[in-house]
Amino acid sequence: MDPSVLIGLAGVLAAAAPVLFAVIGETITERAGVINLSLNGSVLLSAMGGFAVAYLTDNLFWGFLAGMLIGALVAFIVAFSSITLHQSQVAVGFVLALASRDLAYFLGVPYMNIPGPTLPTWQIPLLKDIPLLGPLFFRLDIITYLSYIVIVLAWLWIFRTRPGLMLQGIGDRPAAAFVRGANVNRLRYIYTIIGGAIAGLAGPAYTLNVKPGWMGTQTGLDGIGWIALSITIFGGWSPMRAAFGAYLFSLLQWLGLVLQSRLPGIPSQVLQVAPFPLMILTLLLVNIGNAEWVQRWLASMPEGSRRFFTKLLRAMRASPPAALGVPFESD
Amino acid sequence: MKKNVWVNIGFQAGALVLALLITTLILAAAGAPPLKAYGSILNGAFGSSNNIVAVLITWAPLLLTTVGVLITFSAGLWNIGVEGQMTLGAIFATWMLRMLQDTNLPPALIIILGILWGMVGGALWASLAGALKTFGGVNEIFGGLGLNFVSTALTIYLVFGPWKRPGVGSMSGTQPFNEALWLPTLGTGLSPWGLGLSILAVILVYLLLRGTYFGLRLKAVGKNMKASYLLGIPTWQYSMFAFLLCGALAGLAGAIQVESVYHRLLPNISNGYGFLGLLVAMLINYQAIWVIPIALFFAALNVGSVQLQIVYKMDSSFAGVLQDLLVLLVLLGQGVRERFLGKA
Amino acid sequence: MRVELRNIHKYFGKNHANAGINLDIPSGTIQGILGENGAGKSTLMKILSGYFYADSGEIILDGKAITISSPSDAIKHGIGMLHQDPLDFPPMRLLDNFLLGREGGLFPDRKVVARDIQTLAAQFNFSLDPEAYVDTLTVGERQQLEILRLLWLGARVLILDEPTTGISASQKAKLFETLRTLAGQGKTIIFVSHKLEDVEVLCHKVAVLRSGQLIGESPVPFDHKKMVEMMFGKEISLGDRYPLNAGGKVLELKNLAVEDVRLHMEDIHLDLHGGEVIGLAGMEGSGQGPFIRACSGLLRPVNGRVQVNGHDLTGKSHHIFKRHGVSFLPASRMEEGLVPGLTLTEHFVLAEKTQGVFIDHAKGTKLAEERITSFNIRGTPVSTVESLSGGNQQRALLALLQTPLSLILLEHPTRGLDIESTIYIWSKLKERCKQGTSIIFVSSDLEEILQYSDRVMVFFSGKVTPPLDVATLTTEKLGQLIGGSGWNNLNSGKSL
Repeated sequence: MDPSVLIGLAGVLAAAAPVLFAVIGETITERAGVINLSLNGSVLLSAMGGFAVAYLTDNLFWGFLAGMLIGALVAFIVAFSSITLHQSQVAVGFVLALASRDLAYFLGVPYMNIPGPTLPTWQIPLLKDIPLLGPLFFRLDIITYLSYIVIVLAWLWIFRTRPGLMLQGIGDRPAAAFVRGANVNRLRYIYTIIGGAIAGLAGPAYTLNVKPGWMGTQTGLDGIGWIALSITIFGGWSPMRAAFGAYLFSLLQWLGLVLQSRLPGIPSQVLQVAPFPLMILTLLLVNIGNAEWVQRWLASMPEGSRRFFTKLLRAMRASPPAALGVPFESD
Repeated sequence: MKKNVWVNIGFQAGALVLALLITTLILAAAGAPPLKAYGSILNGAFGSSNNIVAVLITWAPLLLTTVGVLITFSAGLWNIGVEGQMTLGAIFATWMLRMLQDTNLPPALIIILGILWGMVGGALWASLAGALKTFGGVNEIFGGLGLNFVSTALTIYLVFGPWKRPGVGSMSGTQPFNEALWLPTLGTGLSPWGLGLSILAVILVYLLLRGTYFGLRLKAVGKNMKASYLLGIPTWQYSMFAFLLCGALAGLAGAIQVESVYHRLLPNISNGYGFLGLLVAMLINYQAIWVIPIALFFAALNVGSVQLQIVYKMDSSFAGVLQDLLVLLVLLGQGVRERFLGKA
Repeated sequence: MRVELRNIHKYFGKNHANAGINLDIPSGTIQGILGENGAGKSTLMKILSGYFYADSGEIILDGKAITISSPSDAIKHGIGMLHQDPLDFPPMRLLDNFLLGREGGLFPDRKVVARDIQTLAAQFNFSLDPEAYVDTLTVGERQQLEILRLLWLGARVLILDEPTTGISASQKAKLFETLRTLAGQGKTIIFVSHKLEDVEVLCHKVAVLRSGQLIGESPVPFDHKKMVEMMFGKEISLGDRYPLNAGGKVLELKNLAVEDVRLHMEDIHLDLHGGEVIGLAGMEGSGQGPFIRACSGLLRPVNGRVQVNGHDLTGKSHHIFKRHGVSFLPASRMEEGLVPGLTLTEHFVLAEKTQGVFIDHAKGTKLAEERITSFNIRGTPVSTVESLSGGNQQRALLALLQTPLSLILLEHPTRGLDIESTIYIWSKLKERCKQGTSIIFVSSDLEEILQYSDRVMVFFSGKVTPPLDVATLTTEKLGQLIGGSGWNNLNSGKSL
């Protein structure tokens, strides 16, 4: 394979890390039955905050930690207002998305366009020498490796461990989970905050690694939270399918950049929005099977094709946790 | 009853004080003397007649987007796409004006056609989000957001592509229209037509939501789609109506920006008015009667905080921070009241 | 395990839900608890299974007084409860659902759990595949799974809440056999039901609750008439039967085929006449839902014709049906029937014909006051519907119906209502019938079906009987049909 393609694909993996953290974090949160709609803002705020802290302490670790704390803090507000105060998760999440975004731009001014610390490349000994896989996966940096691990850990946790089963339970049928000993609301707090913290890695993963530095509205991160929210849906609330979505997104973005150099007539801002129609399209594919007119249309079809299309639509469909967004009270 | 009103006002005032307290800390953290900063915002909003005019110019589109989303909120819809609908209004108005500005039609007619075409543009863009929701099951939050980004890209494409200025396209927008096609202003830049249409829209929406069968049905659809359908209301049609009306109002806002403020199409013409309208609607708890003062307050904050940028080299997103925090705290305050003091 | 309840009191606000209840259940006993809705049965069971604390009183297990702080604490004390709608996780595999909630290491050993399920299942002759998904099981199988799970967790007292609703006759027989075996092993079984027959067949003794009090206890067999008196406090007469005065054809179904995700029904024929009442009997989810929705235009039939008053409306929308005088009242009142957040007045205004653009508020209030009086709704014109009680919500739904109507379709019109409301609602419906309106209703209450129907259609997993004359039916025969037996010797020529 052409080495430049391989390097490009490795770049896709690294560039996917921020989206991945956001998507996996949100997947965990929504599995518990809570929607954290603030993602777009909290990612920006953690990007700015993570960069600022890393710059001020000259230490990358504190930068990433700050990002996680910011993500966790915003998630805590979502949890408090929805679980304790029973306010609309959509309303609070939306306002928080705006608030943290504005705050990031306001507080970020002193750190704009200055060079700061960046994450060094760290090739993994032995693994880096595996043909093909080595240059593709293992000649990157520690935060990208962490993103691989987070996918696998999240998947193992949700589907293979005892507490993970309970996590599925509180999102699907909190009343049943309660009978089986779960403190539903406390668990929802915990998972919302953990999910927020993981999503909070997305910001520093970008400003300290993918595209180092804070550049205010030119940073290029705005909108990524919304993409992550829709990939969570596309991913059917499973870390594996979600990771697939995140990599697909990153790949398409890279292809867009390649394409752009071939099509000089189109302003770069135009190709940059390509992910958004795509996001709408994927959501359409995932959801259209539930639409009433599709059901009616299916009913009017002859037997054979009806069964075929019904199966097809059902395979594409993703069912959310049954109690997503629904508050729980144990009498 | 009386007591509840006072509790209510107490909570709103508490939220305002708390929001100011937090923003004061933020200002201090950012290195600005908070009191002076507030002073400069106040000065920036009301310090001179020019500033007051600027506030009124900001007020008009905000009124329109706010009452627009009040309609979609009534129907239980989160029309986050209002931002893009306003942009499309601007694009369509520009399109009409560019098409007709070299004809012999009377300027007044061209201006009116531009406004109407802008409303059509906004409504069409809204109907896309509506169709995605109704026929595709795509949540209007994602549909609307996606379409917002697409509308921005469309503007940039037009400004740098087919509609670019003679020579080279730039972020400063398209070539300004003939002056004959500018919506008449009071010399200072304030268009009585723009503001008048906006206030008229507020009154009409207020009446629509409060006293008509249409408004009641819309409310029913928003609260319970299935039951409304069984009660005989054509539900998806009403959802679409809500989208179309909101889109038309947002399109009107876009057309007014193009025809009376900038006299050309600019990238980022919607300038956050859509999101701000959503915030105002949430802050007034979806009660149309409060639109006028609260939108004015928000407009003043927006205009005033530009001073921060000039005086302290701070980002003007400070207005946003204060507005967002205020809404957030009001929402939390509502939660606290319902949870701990019993339902009002 | 011996279970003693001593002087249990529980208040909800002013409502004295349990007023000093004493029960003594020796181990190895199957104890029946009888009572109508709201008698305090489920409050008592929820106290025993850890949902509520009693305001006062004692729970004594094998002679030791204990406190139970939560449902999971109850199971630690050996008390397990099987809910009417099994509290399991439909999207999960049986295995995951089974082990969820059991304490242990981080990674459960699935092989051991699968073996445990199979061993336990073999003991009771259940066939359950640990790898199957819960949502592919019938309600009966989900009950079996839940019983096994509770035993696996060490339950020595099993509480079953209305377990015979929604399961087939053979599953019921198996359930009873299982419960007898468990009692034989010394386990204590508490069987909560409002079905006298089931209690009589299964239980060793029975306690009757009414308005929060223990009215009496009796060994089995018992005197039916006395038992009914104890349950209701009086002899119940459900009102007189009206002779059918059939008018012209209102609804005609020809060769109808209906389908939903799980069921396919075909060859349904029906001629419904003015003033006639048809009851749809069967276990829940046997196809009554799709059928009644097809009759109202909410579900498009995959084959056949639907005619209303001679007009072919096949494939038309519900609003077209509505224009031809068809109204549908769904089972879930607050989800599908009424609009929470709107007032009664607003509901009545919405249901009336539009007059102009602006609403005449004074007229709306007057209309609401009239309806509230004539339907005996406890509420005011400005009451929001969610503030009303279930019975009053149902009355409000009936009050929303327009006049005249050709056909009213109802799902579970009296579910969850007390006996007075039930009688009142049927008297209102029968008034409509006298004016020529026909009714089709779904109910899982056999008494209601037999009392109010002129003809009955029975549903069993996608099969439908032709309309059967109610005079040829008894509770037993209907029960058999619902459970899936006796279908071969139906005299199927009995279609009008």
